[in-house]
Amino acid sequence: MTTTDPRPQRDRDAEELLSSLRGNTLPLWAPRVVVGIAATVAVLGALSSLGVVRGVLLGWLLTFALPIWSRVVEGPRKATDRLVTLLVYSAFSLALIPLGSIIWTVFSRGLSVMSAEFLTYSMRNVVGEGGGIYHAIMGTLLITGAATVISVPIGLFTAIYIVEYGDGNRVSKGIRFLVDVMTGIPSIVAGLFAYALFVLFFGEGVRMGIGGSVALAVLMIPVVVRSSEEMLKLVPNELREASLALGVPQWRTIAKVVVPTALAGIVTGVTLAIARVIGETAPLLIIAGATDSTNFNLFDGRMATLPVFAYTSIRFPGVPPEFSIDRGWGAALTLLVIVMLLNLVARLVSFFFSPKGER
Amino acid sequence: MAKSIDVSDLNIYYGDFLAVEGVNIAIPARSVTAFIGPSGCGKSTFLRSLNRMHEVIPGAHVQGKVLIDGEDLYADEMDPVNVRRMVGMVFQRPNPFPTMSIYDNVLAGQKLNSKRMKKSESDAIVERSLRSAGLWAEVKDRLSRPGSGLSGGQQQRLCIARAISVEPEVLLMDEPCSALDPISTSVIEDLIHELKEKYTIVIVTHNMQQAARVSDETAFFNLSGVGKPGKLVESGRTEKIFSNPDEEATEAYIQGRFG
Ligand SMILES: Nc1ncnc2c1ncn2[C@@H]1O[C@H](COP(=O)(O)OP(=O)(O)OP(=O)(O)O)[C@@H](O)[C@H]1O
Ligand SMILES: [Mg+2]
Repeated sequence: MTTTDPRPQRDRDAEELLSSLRGNTLPLWAPRVVVGIAATVAVLGALSSLGVVRGVLLGWLLTFALPIWSRVVEGPRKATDRLVTLLVYSAFSLALIPLGSIIWTVFSRGLSVMSAEFLTYSMRNVVGEGGGIYHAIMGTLLITGAATVISVPIGLFTAIYIVEYGDGNRVSKGIRFLVDVMTGIPSIVAGLFAYALFVLFFGEGVRMGIGGSVALAVLMIPVVVRSSEEMLKLVPNELREASLALGVPQWRTIAKVVVPTALAGIVTGVTLAIARVIGETAPLLIIAGATDSTNFNLFDGRMATLPVFAYTSIRFPGVPPEFSIDRGWGAALTLLVIVMLLNLVARLVSFFFSPKGER
Repeated sequence: MAKSIDVSDLNIYYGDFLAVEGVNIAIPARSVTAFIGPSGCGKSTFLRSLNRMHEVIPGAHVQGKVLIDGEDLYADEMDPVNVRRMVGMVFQRPNPFPTMSIYDNVLAGQKLNSKRMKKSESDAIVERSLRSAGLWAEVKDRLSRPGSGLSGGQQQRLCIARAISVEPEVLLMDEPCSALDPISTSVIEDLIHELKEKYTIVIVTHNMQQAARVSDETAFFNLSGVGKPGKLVESGRTEKIFSNPDEEATEAYIQGRFG
């Protein structure tokens, strides 16, 4: 026994194992310090003669010090991890720029006209200052609501056929292909289709709110089909079998087990489809037209909508132009808020409807 | 009213793949029949063909005859929905409905078929079924909570309660105790003993002692080789199969000398 270390062999083995598991790591504050320095440089650069773009770019380049530093201290695996993390955050910030810019522009320019009057008066007999977008809000809600009423049953039943009955046969494959084609229809073509359809019944020059709904439904249906289809496919087969084995017919199984289980996802999909079409301008310009007064009847005459109102206010502002242009921005802001509210509702719905107990 | 089952020359397919070949077996009424055999030999497949759940899988089909009290399950005029009401099933993996409470899960057979019941009546069914499945004490204070919030073994017993609450005349159980502790297992075995007074029970199990304990009849399934279809090797009174089987393979499997 010549060993000088008095501790038993077992302890020394354990220590060796531990030190091989441990590695050199950067201190916990390293990322914060690097990002802090980079941000400071970016701000200073933006304020100096470099200008905003070059200043921010310089700051961004500085953040790459972190993976380089990590490479020296921690080795290649962690350095790659930090590099990819950095790239993902950069891409995320890049994607936020247009979003932030849109929200900022619309809010800063649209807020000035916001008032109770703006939201509750139409543009009937208004020249110059004053007036409101009540007629356009109602038009948008009615037309989009009717489009939803048309497209949700069609879309949901199509998805149910594809997933529950079609199981990959020719018909369901054909339907899926056509739905994919429909996804690519330009909105102006949907508007022309609705116009051509209504001309068949009512003659040239027809203008009707419901025509706009049909055009929007053409755009909505494929989105509803695809999202509902994905959600129905996520329902485990075991649940269908459990229900069938209890002697429940297939249609009741679908109505009471499959659809309720997928409901949260389906509702979210429908809301996103609504948000997608509520801002459509071109088809509504063709078939729903524009008007200054409130029209609650989808089946009679022109109907104003928010996107068309924003377009006409800014494109044909009249003299003097400021008031009309301000109202245009106000309409855009209202539309944005409606879409945000829709998304909020979708979140709430999917929270309250999703199966409990598995979170 | 219990029913006897007579199977003759049954071939079971998944698409072109022949999973189980040439089964001939008579399952007597008011008795417990155990299916034993190595994994993948087609016990679940055969069990599912007894209440027409097999054909739910796309491409799956059967050839041959399954008679329940003399009526052919696979005759053209037979409605699979009615067959499944008569022949209930507990699956190998627990599958409670995630959107329903524990209470509604037990009553799922009635609720999904929109059967109207008085509150007192449904309360009684829920309590009786949960007691029989040995789950009542654990869940009686949280009947309105979601069924998927239970542990795996509790979910399995919930599924057993759900299957017996509709009082099927035949009950098929696919490894009902594989996720259960010995105490819950013995509760389920007691339940099986009790149910066989009125019903016909078929149970798949990998536990030889359990097969010996609960069953009156035993059927041994085996694979004749890799990629070959599963076969019924022999069936008969449980005492005979366990003490003095006709086939060498059966004896080897039961004594654990298999493969
Ligand atoms: N859905 C399916 N599609 C195609 N083949 C299947 C399917 N389910 C089972 N099989 C095949 O059928 C054969 C029998 O399977 P089965 O599930 O009946 O076995 P088992 O005896 O129940 O096994 P275990 O004891 O592991 O549950 C296996 O070869 C399996 O691969
Ligand atoms: Mg099995």
